[in-house]
Amino acid sequence: MEFRDNKAIYLQIAEYVCEHILLGKWKGDEKVPSVREMAVELEVNPNTVMRTYELLQTKNIINNKRGIGFFVDDDAIANVKSYRKAQFMDDELPVVFRNMYLLNIGFDELQDRYNTFVKENFNS
Amino acid sequence: MIKINNLNFGYRKNQLLFKNMSMQLSTGHIYGLLGKNGAGKSTLLKNIAGLVYADSGSMDVMGYDPSKRQPALLAEICFIPEEFYLPSVKIDAFVKANAGFYPNFDHPYFTALLAEFDIPVAQKLIDMSYGQKKKVIIAFGLATQAKLVIMDEPTNGLDIPSKAQFRKIMASALTDDRCIIISTHQVRDLDNLIDTVIMLDENKVALKASVEEITNKLCFKRVKEIDDKVIYAEPSLAGYNAVLQNFHDEDSKLDLELLFNAVLAEKNKLKPIFN
Repeated sequence: MEFRDNKAIYLQIAEYVCEHILLGKWKGDEKVPSVREMAVELEVNPNTVMRTYELLQTKNIINNKRGIGFFVDDDAIANVKSYRKAQFMDDELPVVFRNMYLLNIGFDELQDRYNTFVKENFNS
Repeated sequence: MIKINNLNFGYRKNQLLFKNMSMQLSTGHIYGLLGKNGAGKSTLLKNIAGLVYADSGSMDVMGYDPSKRQPALLAEICFIPEEFYLPSVKIDAFVKANAGFYPNFDHPYFTALLAEFDIPVAQKLIDMSYGQKKKVIIAFGLATQAKLVIMDEPTNGLDIPSKAQFRKIMASALTDDRCIIISTHQVRDLDNLIDTVIMLDENKVALKASVEEITNKLCFKRVKEIDDKVIYAEPSLAGYNAVLQNFHDEDSKLDLELLFNAVLAEKNKLKPIFN
Protein backbone atom coordinates (compact mmCIF):
# COMPACT_ATOMS: atom_id res chain seq x y z
CA MET A 1 0.00 0.00 0.00
CA GLU A 2 1.29 3.43 -0.97
CA PHE A 3 0.62 6.06 1.66
CA ARG A 4 -0.26 9.55 0.53
CA ASP A 5 1.38 12.62 1.96
CA ASN A 6 -1.50 14.63 3.23
CA LYS A 7 -3.59 12.33 5.39
CA ALA A 8 -2.84 10.81 8.77
CA ILE A 9 -1.62 7.24 8.40
CA TYR A 10 -4.19 5.79 10.79
CA LEU A 11 -6.97 7.29 8.63
CA GLN A 12 -5.40 5.93 5.46
CA ILE A 13 -5.38 2.49 7.05
CA ALA A 14 -9.04 2.98 7.99
CA GLU A 15 -9.80 3.73 4.33
CA TYR A 16 -7.93 0.59 3.33
CA VAL A 17 -10.03 -1.54 5.69
CA CYS A 18 -13.26 0.17 4.56
CA GLU A 19 -12.39 -0.43 0.93
CA HIS A 20 -11.86 -4.14 1.59
CA ILE A 21 -15.27 -4.31 3.25
CA LEU A 22 -17.06 -2.36 0.49
CA LEU A 23 -15.48 -4.54 -2.19
CA GLY A 24 -16.67 -7.63 -0.34
CA LYS A 25 -13.16 -8.96 0.28
CA TRP A 26 -13.88 -9.02 4.00
CA LYS A 27 -17.47 -9.97 4.75
CA GLY A 28 -19.76 -9.55 7.75
CA ASP A 29 -18.73 -11.60 10.80
CA GLU A 30 -15.38 -12.51 9.23
CA LYS A 31 -12.14 -11.97 11.11
CA VAL A 32 -10.00 -9.05 9.96
CA PRO A 33 -6.19 -9.31 10.08
CA SER A 34 -4.78 -8.94 13.59
CA VAL A 35 -3.11 -5.69 14.59
CA ARG A 36 0.28 -7.34 14.20
CA GLU A 37 -0.48 -8.89 10.79
CA MET A 38 -1.74 -5.58 9.50
CA ALA A 39 1.27 -3.68 10.90
CA VAL A 40 3.69 -6.09 9.22
CA GLU A 41 1.84 -5.99 5.91
CA LEU A 42 1.73 -2.19 5.82
CA GLU A 43 5.16 -1.69 7.49
CA VAL A 44 3.73 0.58 10.18
CA ASN A 45 3.82 0.74 13.95
CA PRO A 46 1.29 -1.67 15.56
CA ASN A 47 0.10 1.18 17.81
CA THR A 48 -1.00 3.05 14.66
CA VAL A 49 -3.05 0.06 13.50
CA MET A 50 -4.53 -0.18 17.00
CA ARG A 51 -5.62 3.44 16.70
CA THR A 52 -7.29 2.63 13.36
CA TYR A 53 -9.09 -0.37 14.84
CA GLU A 54 -10.28 1.71 17.79
CA LEU A 55 -11.68 4.30 15.40
CA LEU A 56 -13.44 1.65 13.30
CA GLN A 57 -14.92 0.16 16.46
CA THR A 58 -16.48 3.46 17.44
CA LYS A 59 -18.00 3.63 13.93
CA ASN A 60 -19.36 0.06 14.35
CA ILE A 61 -17.45 -1.10 11.30
CA ILE A 62 -15.48 -3.77 13.15
CA ASN A 63 -15.94 -5.21 16.62
CA ASN A 64 -13.60 -6.79 19.12
CA LYS A 65 -14.36 -10.28 20.34
CA ARG A 66 -12.22 -10.51 23.42
CA GLY A 67 -9.46 -13.02 23.13
CA ILE A 68 -10.28 -13.91 19.53
CA GLY A 69 -9.68 -10.75 17.54
CA PHE A 70 -11.43 -8.16 15.42
CA PHE A 71 -14.40 -9.04 13.20
CA VAL A 72 -16.31 -7.24 10.48
CA ASP A 73 -19.55 -5.93 11.97
CA ASP A 74 -22.82 -7.29 10.55
CA ASP A 75 -23.85 -3.77 9.55
CA ALA A 76 -20.36 -2.83 8.41
CA ILE A 77 -21.26 -1.92 4.83
CA ALA A 78 -23.98 0.53 5.88
CA ASN A 79 -21.69 1.98 8.55
CA VAL A 80 -18.75 2.30 6.16
CA LYS A 81 -20.99 4.17 3.75
CA SER A 82 -22.19 6.65 6.35
CA TYR A 83 -18.63 7.13 7.68
CA ARG A 84 -17.25 7.67 4.18
CA LYS A 85 -20.17 9.94 3.29
CA ALA A 86 -19.44 12.16 6.28
CA GLN A 87 -15.78 12.28 5.26
CA PHE A 88 -16.66 13.13 1.66
CA MET A 89 -18.99 15.91 2.74
CA ASP A 90 -16.55 17.39 5.25
CA ASP A 91 -13.18 16.90 3.54
CA GLU A 92 -13.52 16.31 -0.18
CA LEU A 93 -16.57 18.33 -1.19
CA PRO A 94 -15.14 21.67 0.01
CA VAL A 95 -12.18 21.15 -2.34
CA VAL A 96 -14.53 20.44 -5.25
CA PHE A 97 -16.64 23.48 -4.35
CA ARG A 98 -13.59 25.69 -4.20
CA ASN A 99 -12.51 24.62 -7.67
CA MET A 100 -16.06 25.02 -9.03
CA TYR A 101 -16.12 28.54 -7.69
CA LEU A 102 -12.64 29.46 -8.94
CA LEU A 103 -13.22 27.97 -12.39
CA ASN A 104 -16.82 29.14 -12.82
CA ILE A 105 -18.22 25.63 -13.23
CA GLY A 106 -22.01 25.46 -12.96
CA PHE A 107 -24.06 22.66 -11.41
CA ASP A 108 -25.76 21.94 -14.77
CA GLU A 109 -22.43 21.20 -16.37
CA LEU A 110 -21.57 18.86 -13.51
CA GLN A 111 -24.94 17.11 -13.65
CA ASP A 112 -24.33 16.05 -17.28
CA ARG A 113 -20.83 14.93 -16.45
CA TYR A 114 -22.06 12.98 -13.45
CA ASN A 115 -24.75 11.18 -15.47
CA THR A 116 -22.27 10.21 -18.18
CA PHE A 117 -19.78 9.03 -15.56
CA VAL A 118 -22.31 6.78 -13.87
CA LYS A 119 -23.42 5.37 -17.24
CA GLU A 120 -19.87 4.62 -18.34
CA ASN A 121 -18.63 3.17 -15.08
CA PHE A 122 -21.59 1.51 -13.47
CA ASN A 123 -23.83 0.63 -16.49
CA SER A 124 -26.98 2.05 -15.01
CA MET B 1 11.49 0.66 31.51
CA ILE B 2 14.00 3.55 31.45
CA LYS B 3 14.15 6.47 33.86
CA ILE B 4 16.74 9.16 33.25
CA ASN B 5 17.00 11.75 35.97
CA ASN B 6 19.11 14.93 35.77
CA LEU B 7 21.71 13.25 33.62
CA ASN B 8 24.91 15.20 33.10
CA PHE B 9 27.39 13.82 30.66
CA GLY B 10 30.37 15.07 28.69
CA TYR B 11 33.34 13.44 27.06
CA ARG B 12 35.40 16.29 28.49
CA LYS B 13 34.83 17.77 31.92
CA ASN B 14 34.31 21.33 30.75
CA GLN B 15 32.18 20.42 27.73
CA LEU B 16 28.87 18.91 28.72
CA LEU B 17 26.87 17.11 26.04
CA PHE B 18 23.82 16.64 28.27
CA LYS B 19 22.81 19.08 30.98
CA ASN B 20 20.25 17.92 33.54
CA MET B 21 18.52 15.68 31.07
CA SER B 22 15.45 13.83 32.34
CA MET B 23 13.20 11.49 30.44
CA GLN B 24 11.17 8.32 30.86
CA LEU B 25 10.67 5.61 28.28
CA SER B 26 8.18 2.77 28.56
CA THR B 27 7.51 -0.60 26.98
CA GLY B 28 5.26 -1.09 23.97
CA HIS B 29 6.74 1.76 21.95
CA ILE B 30 9.14 2.36 19.10
CA TYR B 31 10.93 5.60 19.91
CA GLY B 32 12.58 7.56 17.12
CA LEU B 33 15.64 9.42 18.39
CA LEU B 34 16.43 12.42 16.23
CA GLY B 35 18.96 15.22 16.40
CA LYS B 36 21.60 17.03 14.40
CA ASN B 37 25.05 15.53 13.92
CA GLY B 38 26.82 15.75 17.24
CA ALA B 39 23.63 16.35 19.24
CA GLY B 40 24.41 13.25 21.27
CA LYS B 41 22.07 10.59 19.92
CA SER B 42 24.63 7.80 19.98
CA THR B 43 25.98 9.03 23.29
CA LEU B 44 22.55 8.89 24.88
CA LEU B 45 22.11 5.34 23.60
CA LYS B 46 25.52 4.41 25.03
CA ASN B 47 24.55 5.89 28.40
CA ILE B 48 21.40 3.76 28.42
CA ALA B 49 23.32 0.61 27.52
CA GLY B 50 26.08 1.22 30.08
CA LEU B 51 28.78 1.77 27.48
CA VAL B 52 29.65 5.19 28.93
CA TYR B 53 29.00 6.56 32.40
CA ALA B 54 27.15 9.67 33.50
CA ASP B 55 29.05 12.43 35.31
CA SER B 56 26.09 12.88 37.61
CA GLY B 57 22.39 12.11 37.78
CA SER B 58 20.74 8.75 37.71
CA MET B 59 19.96 6.21 35.03
CA ASP B 60 17.58 3.36 35.75
CA VAL B 61 17.04 0.65 33.15
CA MET B 62 14.60 -2.09 34.16
CA GLY B 63 15.53 -1.46 37.79
CA TYR B 64 19.27 -1.69 37.18
CA ASP B 65 22.01 0.90 36.96
CA PRO B 66 23.46 0.19 33.49
CA SER B 67 26.92 1.48 34.43
CA LYS B 68 27.27 -1.52 36.77
CA ARG B 69 26.92 -3.77 33.71
CA GLN B 70 25.22 -6.58 35.58
CA PRO B 71 24.77 -9.69 33.40
CA ALA B 72 21.05 -9.89 34.27
CA LEU B 73 20.53 -6.48 32.65
CA LEU B 74 22.91 -6.99 29.72
CA ALA B 75 21.04 -10.18 28.79
CA GLU B 76 17.97 -7.98 28.26
CA ILE B 77 19.65 -5.34 26.11
CA CYS B 78 20.21 -5.67 22.40
CA PHE B 79 22.44 -2.91 21.06
CA ILE B 80 22.95 -2.48 17.32
CA PRO B 81 25.69 0.12 16.95
CA GLU B 82 26.29 2.16 13.84
CA GLU B 83 29.89 1.03 13.58
CA PHE B 84 30.72 -2.51 14.50
CA TYR B 85 33.32 -5.19 14.14
CA LEU B 86 32.56 -8.78 13.25
CA PRO B 87 35.20 -11.50 13.53
CA SER B 88 36.50 -13.71 10.75
CA VAL B 89 34.19 -16.64 11.44
CA LYS B 90 31.02 -18.07 9.96
CA ILE B 91 27.61 -17.33 11.40
CA ASP B 92 27.21 -20.61 13.28
CA ALA B 93 30.51 -20.05 15.10
CA PHE B 94 29.49 -16.50 15.93
CA VAL B 95 26.19 -17.74 17.37
CA LYS B 96 27.92 -20.49 19.34
CA ALA B 97 30.22 -17.92 20.92
CA ASN B 98 27.64 -15.21 21.65
CA ALA B 99 24.12 -16.63 21.94
CA GLY B 100 24.94 -18.13 25.34
CA PHE B 101 24.89 -14.67 26.89
CA TYR B 102 21.18 -14.44 26.09
CA PRO B 103 19.16 -17.12 27.91
CA ASN B 104 16.12 -16.57 25.71
CA PHE B 105 17.98 -16.67 22.39
CA ASP B 106 15.57 -17.91 19.72
CA HIS B 107 17.52 -20.03 17.20
CA PRO B 108 14.63 -20.80 14.80
CA TYR B 109 13.72 -17.09 14.70
CA PHE B 110 17.35 -16.19 13.96
CA THR B 111 17.42 -18.68 11.07
CA ALA B 112 14.13 -17.30 9.75
CA LEU B 113 15.44 -13.71 9.89
CA LEU B 114 18.65 -14.67 8.06
CA ALA B 115 16.57 -16.31 5.34
CA GLU B 116 14.30 -13.28 5.10
CA PHE B 117 17.34 -11.02 4.75
CA ASP B 118 18.83 -13.37 2.16
CA ILE B 119 22.13 -13.81 4.02
CA PRO B 120 24.70 -16.23 2.55
CA VAL B 121 25.10 -18.25 5.76
CA ALA B 122 28.09 -20.28 4.53
CA GLN B 123 30.22 -17.18 4.03
CA LYS B 124 32.56 -15.77 6.66
CA LEU B 125 31.22 -12.65 8.35
CA ILE B 126 34.27 -10.64 7.43
CA ASP B 127 33.78 -11.35 3.72
CA MET B 128 30.24 -10.01 3.69
CA SER B 129 29.27 -6.55 2.50
CA TYR B 130 28.55 -3.86 5.09
CA GLY B 131 24.80 -4.19 4.48
CA GLN B 132 24.90 -7.97 4.90
CA LYS B 133 26.88 -7.67 8.15
CA LYS B 134 24.42 -5.15 9.39
CA LYS B 135 21.55 -7.49 8.64
CA VAL B 136 23.31 -10.30 10.50
CA ILE B 137 23.68 -8.24 13.67
CA ILE B 138 20.11 -6.96 13.41
CA ALA B 139 18.90 -10.56 13.10
CA PHE B 140 21.13 -11.67 15.97
CA GLY B 141 20.01 -8.74 18.13
CA LEU B 142 16.32 -9.40 17.63
CA ALA B 143 16.78 -13.15 18.16
CA THR B 144 18.21 -12.46 21.62
CA GLN B 145 14.60 -11.63 22.62
CA ALA B 146 16.01 -8.78 24.71
CA LYS B 147 13.37 -6.49 26.21
CA LEU B 148 15.29 -3.34 25.33
CA VAL B 149 16.25 -2.98 21.68
CA ILE B 150 18.56 -0.08 20.83
CA MET B 151 19.45 0.59 17.21
CA ASP B 152 21.79 3.31 15.99
CA GLU B 153 21.09 4.13 12.34
CA PRO B 154 19.89 0.60 11.53
CA THR B 155 18.89 1.33 7.93
CA ASN B 156 22.29 2.71 6.91
CA GLY B 157 23.76 0.38 4.33
CA LEU B 158 20.55 -1.56 3.73
CA ASP B 159 19.45 -1.86 0.11
CA ILE B 160 15.93 -0.89 -0.92
CA PRO B 161 14.23 -4.30 -0.49
CA SER B 162 16.03 -4.81 2.83
CA LYS B 163 14.61 -1.57 4.17
CA ALA B 164 11.07 -2.79 3.55
CA GLN B 165 11.93 -6.14 5.16
CA PHE B 166 13.44 -4.30 8.10
CA ARG B 167 10.22 -2.32 8.60
CA LYS B 168 8.14 -5.50 8.50
CA ILE B 169 10.44 -7.22 10.96
CA MET B 170 10.37 -4.26 13.35
CA ALA B 171 6.57 -3.99 13.11
CA SER B 172 6.32 -7.58 14.24
CA ALA B 173 9.11 -7.24 16.83
CA LEU B 174 7.25 -4.65 18.90
CA THR B 175 5.49 -6.38 21.77
CA ASP B 176 3.87 -4.97 24.91
CA ASP B 177 6.88 -5.87 27.04
CA ARG B 178 9.50 -4.52 24.66
CA CYS B 179 10.96 -1.05 24.27
CA ILE B 180 12.60 -0.18 20.97
CA ILE B 181 14.74 2.92 20.47
CA ILE B 182 15.95 3.77 16.98
CA SER B 183 18.21 6.69 16.26
CA THR B 184 18.17 7.83 12.68
CA HIS B 185 18.73 10.53 10.12
CA GLN B 186 16.85 8.51 7.51
CA VAL B 187 13.44 9.64 8.68
CA ARG B 188 11.76 8.62 5.44
CA ASP B 189 12.85 5.03 6.03
CA LEU B 190 11.17 4.86 9.40
CA ASP B 191 8.54 7.55 9.75
CA ASN B 192 5.59 5.14 9.85
CA LEU B 193 7.38 2.81 12.21
CA ILE B 194 8.05 5.09 15.16
CA ASP B 195 5.20 6.09 17.47
CA THR B 196 7.07 8.54 19.67
CA VAL B 197 9.59 11.19 18.65
CA ILE B 198 12.52 12.18 20.86
CA MET B 199 14.55 15.07 19.59
CA LEU B 200 17.83 16.18 21.12
CA ASP B 201 19.11 19.70 20.74
CA GLU B 202 21.28 22.06 22.75
CA ASN B 203 22.21 19.61 25.51
CA LYS B 204 18.67 18.54 26.24
CA VAL B 205 15.50 16.87 25.06
CA ALA B 206 13.99 19.47 22.75
CA LEU B 207 10.86 17.42 22.10
CA LYS B 208 9.44 14.13 23.32
CA ALA B 209 5.92 13.43 22.14
CA SER B 210 3.91 10.66 20.54
CA VAL B 211 2.94 11.01 16.90
CA GLU B 212 -0.67 11.21 18.08
CA GLU B 213 0.11 14.09 20.45
CA ILE B 214 2.13 15.93 17.80
CA THR B 215 -0.63 15.69 15.19
CA ASN B 216 -3.25 16.66 17.78
CA LYS B 217 -1.33 19.83 18.56
CA LEU B 218 0.18 20.61 15.19
CA CYS B 219 -1.09 20.49 11.66
CA PHE B 220 1.19 19.75 8.71
CA LYS B 221 -0.09 21.01 5.39
CA ARG B 222 0.50 22.93 2.20
CA VAL B 223 -0.48 26.56 2.33
CA LYS B 224 -0.50 29.20 -0.40
CA GLU B 225 0.62 32.06 1.78
CA ILE B 226 2.33 32.47 5.10
CA ASP B 227 0.31 34.21 7.78
CA ASP B 228 0.77 34.61 11.51
CA LYS B 229 -0.78 31.18 12.20
CA VAL B 230 2.15 29.49 10.51
CA ILE B 231 4.80 28.37 13.00
CA TYR B 232 7.32 27.25 10.43
CA ALA B 233 7.26 26.86 6.65
CA GLU B 234 9.45 25.74 3.79
CA PRO B 235 8.82 26.74 0.18
CA SER B 236 7.56 23.94 -2.07
CA LEU B 237 6.25 23.63 -5.62
CA ALA B 238 2.76 24.88 -4.84
CA GLY B 239 3.24 27.35 -2.03
CA TYR B 240 4.69 26.24 1.29
CA ASN B 241 4.89 23.13 3.43
CA ALA B 242 3.89 24.54 6.77
CA VAL B 243 3.55 23.63 10.41
CA LEU B 244 0.59 25.31 12.10
CA GLN B 245 -0.99 25.01 15.46
CA ASN B 246 -3.92 22.61 15.09
CA PHE B 247 -6.84 24.78 16.17
CA HIS B 248 -9.52 23.01 14.12
CA ASP B 249 -8.88 19.37 15.05
CA GLU B 250 -7.51 18.63 11.62
CA ASP B 251 -6.01 15.22 10.99
CA SER B 252 -2.76 15.58 9.11
CA LYS B 253 0.18 13.33 8.43
CA LEU B 254 3.25 14.03 10.51
CA ASP B 255 6.10 15.27 8.33
CA LEU B 256 9.15 14.35 10.40
CA GLU B 257 11.63 16.34 8.35
CA LEU B 258 9.50 19.45 8.59
CA LEU B 259 8.98 18.91 12.32
CA PHE B 260 12.72 18.45 12.80
CA ASN B 261 13.50 21.74 11.09
CA ALA B 262 10.66 23.48 12.91
CA VAL B 263 12.02 22.37 16.30
CA LEU B 264 15.48 23.65 15.38
CA ALA B 265 14.23 26.98 14.03
CA GLU B 266 11.23 27.79 16.22
CA LYS B 267 11.95 26.33 19.65
CA ASN B 268 10.33 29.21 21.46
CA LYS B 269 7.07 28.97 19.56
CA LEU B 270 6.83 25.19 19.95
CA LYS B 271 7.79 24.91 23.57
CA PRO B 272 4.57 26.32 25.09
CA ILE B 273 2.49 24.09 22.79
CA PHE B 274 4.05 20.93 24.18
CA ASN B 275 4.09 21.84 27.85
